[in-house]
Amino acid sequence: MTFHVELDEPRCVASGQCAVVAPDVFDQRDDDGVAVILDESPADDLLDDVREAVAICPAAALRLVEG
Amino acid sequence: MNRVVVVGASAAGLTTAEALRREGYAGGITVVGAEVHLPYDRPPLSKQILSGEWEPDRLPLRPAADVDALGLDLRLGVTATGVDTAARTVATDTGEQLAYDALVVATGVRPRRLPGATAHVLRTQQDALALRERLRPGRRLAVVGAGFLGAEVTAVARGLGCEVTLIEPASVPLAHAVGAVVGEVLSRAHVEHGVDLRTGVGVVAVHPEGVELADSTMVEADDVLTAIGSVPNTEWLEGSGLPVADGLVCDATCRAAPGVYGAGDVARWDHPSFGVSMRIEHRTNASEQGLAVARNLLSPDAPRPFAPVPYFWSDQYEMKVQAYGYLRGHDAVEIVEGDLAERRFVAAYRTADRLAGVLTVGMPPRVLRTWRNAVAGGAPWRDVVAGPGGLAVV
Ligand SMILES: Cc1cc2nc3c(=O)[nH]c(=O)nc-3n(C[C@H](O)[C@H](O)[C@H](O)COP(=O)(O)OP(=O)(O)OC[C@H]3O[C@@H](n4cnc5c(N)ncnc54)[C@H](O)[C@@H]3O)c2cc1C
Repeated sequence: MTFHVELDEPRCVASGQCAVVAPDVFDQRDDDGVAVILDESPADDLLDDVREAVAICPAAALRLVEG
Repeated sequence: MNRVVVVGASAAGLTTAEALRREGYAGGITVVGAEVHLPYDRPPLSKQILSGEWEPDRLPLRPAADVDALGLDLRLGVTATGVDTAARTVATDTGEQLAYDALVVATGVRPRRLPGATAHVLRTQQDALALRERLRPGRRLAVVGAGFLGAEVTAVARGLGCEVTLIEPASVPLAHAVGAVVGEVLSRAHVEHGVDLRTGVGVVAVHPEGVELADSTMVEADDVLTAIGSVPNTEWLEGSGLPVADGLVCDATCRAAPGVYGAGDVARWDHPSFGVSMRIEHRTNASEQGLAVARNLLSPDAPRPFAPVPYFWSDQYEMKVQAYGYLRGHDAVEIVEGDLAERRFVAAYRTADRLAGVLTVGMPPRVLRTWRNAVAGGAPWRDVVAGPGGLAVV
């Protein structure tokens, strides 16, 4: 089963919480701090961190979807 | 454990339910929520909703299909009215008794109001839409309370062309929260944007024609918003024996009593690394605590203390204010990077001899993360004031 990460960019509030808990998958733009996805289809060993990022995103801007 | 009841269907409650499922819990989850809407987000209410940039259809925390997929017994428009901790049941205003093995209290807070006054408050979708309806160019809005909420509404209302009077009983807005120096800088932005800022003056009453101040002047207004803080929604716990003192009192693992946990704005818990009982009304905390509660519910024999680095942000005019840590009750503030006057800075907060938190405006994300790590690690203050070189060894 593969998963990919979706970011609803206009919702992002630039908190950077995703880049803190899953730094291999998320970063932030230098100018405004908005999230950037580094790895759209993270490997299995990264999925727990991604799920945590999805759960704690304070803007509910992230989703992890199958396929 | 086969029956979890979550009371409060917002950020904390929904995150708890989601995390329970994600961690493999397949038993029943009943979520009771007083509001009729699917769980939705509040920070946009004072930002994109009020400004008209978003319609309410953007507010739900998750698409309806994602909520459906959780297989919840979701009771929206239902209010919990009591708890019997011996029988382990929650009573609702529909006359039901919901049995639980574990109860999660996630009922949040509600706005404090001025006695006898008819004024806007801002907590729910309906509140935001009612206020937005009134914010037309040239309308006069009086905002009572220059905390983060009052400041955000003031900024949006100015952007919409309203005349705004911002009234704050303290001599410096936000001083109790972020210190006088930072409070002063943030409040200057209001004045620059043409806000009539009245500080150091109390409010006697709200009248149909405006706000009566303690110095006997009257601020005439078409609409009044009171943004003077919040009260935890714990009345329904009265008589249950659960410990309530400005919020549901929980231990370090967010547990209030056997099988009863608290999450989000309503919950007070002992933060293990800050060493204080805290209750914080930040969006991030609601989710983080919901996650922590779900995990502790599923491993009752090895519960983990909840030790987040508190985080909040606030958007005011062109400024994004962001803070990490626990600033309340700090002993000193120092500007450690940037320039206050340019509103690009990092303010560091000392409590006893440690770095307790930072507040930043307009700094790049890398800088913020370095400081976050320093707060997380409880950096000694002497390393902080030694400058970035000192911090690097933390
Ligand atoms: C306008 C606004 C702007 C904000 N902006 C920011 C921001 O920029 N940054 C930030 O960090 N935070 C912000 N916040 C704070 C953030 O929204 C809260 O921290 C967050 O909503 C807390 O979530 P919660 O689930 O704990 O509580 P709440 O969101 O308050 O939800 C509690 C729910 O429980 C329900 N409830 C209460 N009593 C009962 C009962 N007896 N039975 C059933 N249901 C009940 C309530 O109706 C409510 O739906 C803002 C808040 C507001 C109102």
